[in-house]
Amino acid sequence: MKHIIVVGNGMVGYKFCEKFAEKSEAKNFKITVFGEEPRPAYDRVHLSEFFENQDAKALEMAPAEWYADNNIELITGERVCDIHRSKKTITTVSDQEFSYDYLVLATGSSAFVPPIKGVEKQGVFVYRTIEDLEGMLAYAAKLKEEKPNAKAAVLGGGLLGLEAGKAVKDMGLEPHIVEFANKLMPRQLDLRSSQVLQLKLESIGLNIHLSKATNQILGDKFITGMEFGEDDVLDVDMLVISAGIRPRDELGKTCGLDMGVRGGIVVNNKMQTSDENIYAIGEIALYNQMIYGLVAPGYDMAAVAVDQIIGKTETLMPEDIDMSTKLKLIGVDVASFGEPFMPASKGHSIIFENKTQYLYKRINVSHDGKRLLGGILVGDATDYNMLHQIYLNGMAIPEDPSQLILPASEGGASFGSVLDLPDTAQVCSCESVSKGDICCSLTEGESNNLSDVIEKTKATSGCGGCKPMVVDLVNETLKSLGKEVREVLCEHFNFNRQELYDLIKVNKVADYEEALNLFGEGHGCEICKPALASIFATITMETPNRQPGIQDTNDRFLANIQRNGTYSVVPRVAGGEITPDQLIVIGEVAKKYDLYTKITGGQRIDLFGAQIHELPMIWKELIDAGFESGHAYGKSLRTVKSCVGSTWCRYGMHESVTFAIDIENRYKGLRSPHKLKGGVSGCIRECAEARGKDFGLIAVDGGWNLYVCGNGGATPKHAILLAEQLDDETAVKYLDRFLMYYIRTAAPLMRTAPWLEKLEGGIEYLKQVVIEDSLGIAEELENEMQGLVNKYECEWKQAIENPEMMKRFKHFVNSDDTDDNLVFVPMREQKMPKAWS
Amino acid sequence: MQEILSRYETVTEDAVNEWFRVGEATDFPENSGACIKYKNKQIAVYNFSRIGKWYATQNLCPHKMEMVLSLGMIGDKDDIPKVACPMHKKNFSLEDGSGLGGNDLKIATYPVKIENGNVYIGFSD
Repeated sequence: MKHIIVVGNGMVGYKFCEKFAEKSEAKNFKITVFGEEPRPAYDRVHLSEFFENQDAKALEMAPAEWYADNNIELITGERVCDIHRSKKTITTVSDQEFSYDYLVLATGSSAFVPPIKGVEKQGVFVYRTIEDLEGMLAYAAKLKEEKPNAKAAVLGGGLLGLEAGKAVKDMGLEPHIVEFANKLMPRQLDLRSSQVLQLKLESIGLNIHLSKATNQILGDKFITGMEFGEDDVLDVDMLVISAGIRPRDELGKTCGLDMGVRGGIVVNNKMQTSDENIYAIGEIALYNQMIYGLVAPGYDMAAVAVDQIIGKTETLMPEDIDMSTKLKLIGVDVASFGEPFMPASKGHSIIFENKTQYLYKRINVSHDGKRLLGGILVGDATDYNMLHQIYLNGMAIPEDPSQLILPASEGGASFGSVLDLPDTAQVCSCESVSKGDICCSLTEGESNNLSDVIEKTKATSGCGGCKPMVVDLVNETLKSLGKEVREVLCEHFNFNRQELYDLIKVNKVADYEEALNLFGEGHGCEICKPALASIFATITMETPNRQPGIQDTNDRFLANIQRNGTYSVVPRVAGGEITPDQLIVIGEVAKKYDLYTKITGGQRIDLFGAQIHELPMIWKELIDAGFESGHAYGKSLRTVKSCVGSTWCRYGMHESVTFAIDIENRYKGLRSPHKLKGGVSGCIRECAEARGKDFGLIAVDGGWNLYVCGNGGATPKHAILLAEQLDDETAVKYLDRFLMYYIRTAAPLMRTAPWLEKLEGGIEYLKQVVIEDSLGIAEELENEMQGLVNKYECEWKQAIENPEMMKRFKHFVNSDDTDDNLVFVPMREQKMPKAWS
Repeated sequence: MQEILSRYETVTEDAVNEWFRVGEATDFPENSGACIKYKNKQIAVYNFSRIGKWYATQNLCPHKMEMVLSLGMIGDKDDIPKVACPMHKKNFSLEDGSGLGGNDLKIATYPVKIENGNVYIGFSD
């Protein structure tokens, strides 16, 4: 049986014993614990409660019997004074010697007493142990007999100092807090929250003195006052020093362990000191050059040491240690988490302050507004748990993060992420799959990834509208299970779209088959084929006619497949400008082929109900009349909508139609990860609804304001201002850069708005890339776009002029018959497909 | 509509009564589908040249009763050759017509043989 000696029976030393006792391996070890204090470990964090009840037992971590019950020998009131590493023994003050196999040092810290003149006078205490408190109590009782309104000061306005302030107040003395810094709790609070806390503390009778450096302690034998500067004196009858801690590391020093320059015993991430049989945990452990004065990291260290000793060597102390704290201080909630103070260069702060209620809340969010980096809560810390969880897990936060801290009555709402939805929330209404179904499928091990979840729960297999939420839920759940989430295209390509874009471009890959052979596995699917088709198109501007087999059906037949398997035809009407003659041609074609016609949302005309073999005939007539493909079927530029602008409108500032036509013609045929829509408005009345588009230009005095990343659809988003008052040329330059950057980096079927949401740094980052050329790729992006623009050709014209390409526009290979399965019914003056049964 | 669906039943090779010629192999695009007509049936024929195999299934997607499966993209899911319906991306095994990825629907399959560059589909009627 191996022998473990634990030196120190504080909170962390106790936690080591508790964690050890839980292990089945504990029976192979004998533990002996030495505590210097006369009583078993107690909860030092709540020391001030001792004043309320003077009941030391109530603060105990565990009663003395617990140690015996768990086969742990507890020796209190016995200080270990030496370690003999070569013999693996320790000696105690009473000169007893014990041998060990493993030694765990958990001696904690003592109060730091600054070298102030007069600090040795009677009536000066430190605030650390129950004995210290008993000494203070006795002195205070004596004081009050002699002087009814005696005053006591606490040196140090930190966490422990304020607790001590409450303690002296409870003793019936007039409390004063003296702090060197210009704020209270300088490690946890910013200036404003400190001011709120100060108001609150003053309201309950604490006197606060900030920015005070104590020169000396006045009095002959007993303390009578503190001197800060000339003529700056505070009369006090008692002083409690709470000015920080010093590790109790003497044992480490004397036995020659590696020590930190300013104290502390150096440990590695196994909590091992420079002697592999000696561990150090809690406030004596110097880990990553830091002493951690909070109890939570100390507990984590205890757990690591336990696992290391029993042989579970994979348990290591994490690199980053969460220093978040929440406590109730003199009845006031105070909490801080993550990075409570954050420079503006790292993110934005949102601050709610209400001094009348002694409330202060600050959260710090990343520049893109997507991540919570830290925060401070004073007066009301009920949000702490949720905020702390959001911070720890990197959970999504609301678009307006102020909702996280605003009181409910001011429009704030409890919001975290998709994971905050109740389990019963129906995520996929088609297959009635709840959030709980999706999460359980993962947590219970039935599914390991998105496609498993879809297979098991059938979520997303209906209309697919819930896909983004299901993806988020799966990713969030996997993350919460500690699994890596890597976005890859599909089971055939272990790369994301951007990686494939680069691979195909750099390696000058000729076609899909070659890409699959070089970078993929298996035989492809309906996800990777069109995704790669889009990549090829945006690298070489190839039309879908070149590799029809990897195109989505729409692209393969250069038309939109509709409900009954017929197709619709949309010629390009750039900017929505159309001549009467063109209208007549469209009308005649529609009439000839009996097509249902409708004006689209993008200011053009859609002709529905064409059969596959009719498509080339229809397009031949349209092309002869000067029309081109409108690419309504592609993940490509659709339309650039315009209002009539300054040519006709009495409010118009610029020629919005002309600019819309120019832009639409510039980007026509451009394939992208998802469809692209644009808009140009001639004034701020915004009749073209440009801010509901992927890119929008709005005429203002002095040029165009360029907005990007908006859309209508299921999750409407207003486009965000990218640049102001641009001339035509600069607007096009920025558009080239923006569009090409999106095309290069977005995931398949990701529109610009969600792309921007996922873009690290958000719109500010995008501005840097597009306007300031922070990546140094602006010229490259412009050249690439110009190359694509130069290579444009109408794919319908290309197709009808090539008999080989025409072969596919036929319903049957072995017959000239048409699909006899089609049934139309009349509707108003036109026709529609017979409804699904 | 159910009447149309009932026209399609899987034919195994040993049940074939007629090997019906549907064209030359070169009439069928590689790694894609195409549609042929046999009596009152529409059959999707897939020239899966990447794995050197041919498949035939009903052209009718049983999900929304559209004659579209020949237009779907083909590929594999966990090594099972499949077609994805172009309408709502329902996946079906080309080997046995069963639904894949949580899809309980099933389609009929037919045997295909290539002789002297001609493509034949096997029918029992």
